[in-house]
Amino acid sequence: MSTSTTESASEAPVYDNRTAFADELIALARADARVVAVCNDSVGSSNLTAFREEFPDRLINVGIAEQNMVGVGAGLANAGLIPFVCAASPFLTGRSLEQIKADVAYSAQNVVLCGMSPGMAYGELGPTHHSVEDLSWLRALPGLDIAVPADRMQTRQALRALVAEPRPAFLRVGRHKVPDVTPEGAPWERGRFLTLREGDDATLIATGTLVSRALAAAELLEADGISARVLNAAWIAPLDEAAVLSAAAETRAIVVAEEANVSGGLGAAVASLVAQQPAGARPPVRLAGLTEFAPTGSTDFLLEYFGLTASDLARHAREAMVHG
Amino acid sequence: MTVLLSPDLGSVESRAQLRRAVRDEAAAASERLARRATETRRAIVRMISTAGQGHIGGDLSVTDILTTLFDAVLNVDPANPAWAERDRFVLSKGHCAAALYATLAHSGFFPTEALASFMQPLSPLNGHPNRVKVPGVETNTGPLGHGLPVAVGTAIGAKLLGSPSRTFVVLGDGEMQEGSNWEALMSAAHFELDNLTVIVDRNRLQQGARTEDTSSLDPLDDKLAAFGLEVRVVDGHDYGQLLDAFAPSTSGKPVGVIANTVKGKGVSFIEDRVEWHHKVPSPDQVAAALEELS
Repeated sequence: MSTSTTESASEAPVYDNRTAFADELIALARADARVVAVCNDSVGSSNLTAFREEFPDRLINVGIAEQNMVGVGAGLANAGLIPFVCAASPFLTGRSLEQIKADVAYSAQNVVLCGMSPGMAYGELGPTHHSVEDLSWLRALPGLDIAVPADRMQTRQALRALVAEPRPAFLRVGRHKVPDVTPEGAPWERGRFLTLREGDDATLIATGTLVSRALAAAELLEADGISARVLNAAWIAPLDEAAVLSAAAETRAIVVAEEANVSGGLGAAVASLVAQQPAGARPPVRLAGLTEFAPTGSTDFLLEYFGLTASDLARHAREAMVHG
Repeated sequence: MTVLLSPDLGSVESRAQLRRAVRDEAAAASERLARRATETRRAIVRMISTAGQGHIGGDLSVTDILTTLFDAVLNVDPANPAWAERDRFVLSKGHCAAALYATLAHSGFFPTEALASFMQPLSPLNGHPNRVKVPGVETNTGPLGHGLPVAVGTAIGAKLLGSPSRTFVVLGDGEMQEGSNWEALMSAAHFELDNLTVIVDRNRLQQGARTEDTSSLDPLDDKLAAFGLEVRVVDGHDYGQLLDAFAPSTSGKPVGVIANTVKGKGVSFIEDRVEWHHKVPSPDQVAAALEELS
């Protein structure tokens, strides 16, 4: 079976984004006394051990109590701090959804919700520990930014931006190792996709762990003479509607890939936007993601099981171009 | 409390004089609070009558608590509601927004004329409070079990920032059935939040029945004490007892105030009747209620 490196654009080294997250959070905390972390006993899994050592008072561990955790985060923001609320993404988003809605998004409190180890990062632990509903659930909430940094650099950029301009936000912080995909010097702009590869025939829109796989798919398509545009959708909300509409107008097929349920996530956002365009600016759209609770398997196995590999994405693009 | 400045305790006569003065001042404060609470109760009845909706029973049970806090306890500035070191007040029982709005208006956070817009189309005065639209509101409540965790956060934040800000949160007693409150109480004790006062409006009724017939809460004082709070049980309509209960912690622990109240307090035909959780008074009943509240 495939590994994450063979499915990527190259044999480049791969990294756990939580490491960049932890390093950057400490750097930001050194520079700004308002930066605090909140967690639910997840000091280790959220990579906050070093943060706790340096800032013991500024790591607020509320224990295994996620509803309280998000409420406490909202209160800290009210007090004038910049809380990064860190927990395994399935529990942060599932258990505390009403707190995220009422205390953070509706209350417009500048809390940064950090969904650690999202998607199927906890492979064999099963669907209770997978966070593949988070994008669907949270996209339904007005006033909440949703960002999915694709690599180490974007993880750091996202944290810096949220300290420079705090706002209610959810960050998906990946655990499954991925290669660097962001070119040096590329900007981190709120609500803007990053074009990683130009192309005129098809567009691959991917987020998180799927970005490197989309780049690899573009290589496969190029070998077939198909020029594929690759967009890194590091923003789910606000959505980069201009980039989607350009892709719809300029290319003949759109494939959206996410390590998440297709019902309501990035793919659904793109599809609903494209469906509302006039005939002629409405190319076929294919959604790659999950449609059922995952069986037992490693993250890599499950990505392959659900058709989230470079070859699957390339096949979707070819079929969409041929069959509409 | 100007009367207490430089008291001369030298003689029996001056001590008696001082005691009389303290008593007189307390009586004057109680009279002032009673007048304000009556104004607030009258506003609540009118707001709910105009809106044709609201939670009149819980509004009237919490009125004396809110009046005491905003008139005599909270260090807030209506002209600068976002002042960083203000005390925080969180109404966790957000369905009693009418009582909060009337109290805020009477405290100068916004004009009392705005109360007539309660629950009208596009009014900032929604059926549940919205901090983005209403000055003096700290967090958006409505679903139960949300206010106390947020209050724990503001109290932790004040400690981290070295701020003298105190946090007060009012919960309904039925609301204590929400598990999130007990998560938050554990944090309040663990983080030694002696700057936090948790007030339970103990009117013993919830929407459908008595609390003790639904999911019993007693002994609530023992439960709060077991969770690490300094517990004060008071008459929630006695201003003197409320003022004492809202004094800072003496133990280093967070303070838990069980304010025993009467749901619908002040209007005889509404008092302690479960059906008045969110019933709307008829025009005749409004007239009768305002007559009683005069």
